[in-house]
Amino acid sequence: MSTPALKEWPLWEVFVRSKQGLEHKHCGSLHASDAQHALQMARDVYTRRQEGVSIWVVRSVDITASEPHEKGEFFEPAGDKIYRHPTFYDIPEEVGHM
Amino acid sequence: MNAVEPRMAASVQAPVDYLLHLADNALILGQRNAEWCGHGPIIEEDLSMANNSLDLIGQARLLYQHVATLQGNGATEDTLAYFRDVPDFRNYTLLELPHSPALAGTARGDRDYATTIVRNFLYSALMVLVWERLQGSTDPQLAAIAAKSLKEVRYHLRHSRDWLVRFGDGTDESHARAQAALDHLMPYTTEFWADSAAETAAQAQGAGVHPGALRADWDALVDAALQEATLVRPAPAKGYVTEGKQGIHSEHLGFVLAEMQSLARAHPGATW
Repeated sequence: MSTPALKEWPLWEVFVRSKQGLEHKHCGSLHASDAQHALQMARDVYTRRQEGVSIWVVRSVDITASEPHEKGEFFEPAGDKIYRHPTFYDIPEEVGHM
Repeated sequence: MNAVEPRMAASVQAPVDYLLHLADNALILGQRNAEWCGHGPIIEEDLSMANNSLDLIGQARLLYQHVATLQGNGATEDTLAYFRDVPDFRNYTLLELPHSPALAGTARGDRDYATTIVRNFLYSALMVLVWERLQGSTDPQLAAIAAKSLKEVRYHLRHSRDWLVRFGDGTDESHARAQAALDHLMPYTTEFWADSAAETAAQAQGAGVHPGALRADWDALVDAALQEATLVRPAPAKGYVTEGKQGIHSEHLGFVLAEMQSLARAHPGATW
């Protein structure tokens, strides 16, 4: 009883890896008092329908995100550089489907 | 807490009264915990308690189906759940109590989540030990149900123990509520260790386990959690030991059954 009670629980982002999936995917967020608590709640909220075999939780404040208003300088310069997609090669037939 | 080695004896069927005791425990606590659906303190706990209920009701269904097969004579999981009355139920009295601090007579109080958590903790701590042993039951059906139920109840124990520690070692109010719930509910656990004919018979044939044999393990589990939660275990109660598992219940079970059974009794045989 030494630390004062939190007025509000911090927000956590939840990432779940499905049986087939190789990577964890963001599936939502929830409020919880600490990491273990967040993990249990994520289990009860986001894996009730066999969605997952692994869960990550991370404090939302620990995520540094790009700003929506910066999307011009961040993303649009890539728009006209279609040559960065490897679509201009002739693939020998014996390679088959890639 | 080692799993029992598989016994060499030929497979047997557990006594019906013993299976009903296990089934009724699961059904009545499942029904009680479902009362939080839509009323949970936060939405995550609302879902969590509904998950817990569905696990317990699922366990009850498997056990009732097993009993129905043994009994024959038209018995089904539904007749066992919905068309038996208070004296037929074999659940611990602990599990039929409302989610509120001690009440006299038919008084009603506000639901108290500390009471819910403490009860789930005391019962899950027992059932982790019981299901562990029953995996080696000479009744193969019961052994299979035990293996499935053990995984579920391990999570119930983790969940309730976690909240018990948070409440006990939390704010002044949460500590006081958890201690009050513990003082209220602990005396009912004495029933775990009392003798019953069904448990003795089940143990004798290797199909069941008498919880008396699990008492030291349960004490260790409970005491460690209470210490972490800075809660004080009340002195052992003297006096009346509840007898729910013998069919002698508190006034509360009738209300639980009235709500749980009314639909099936108003529309017998209905399907949806």
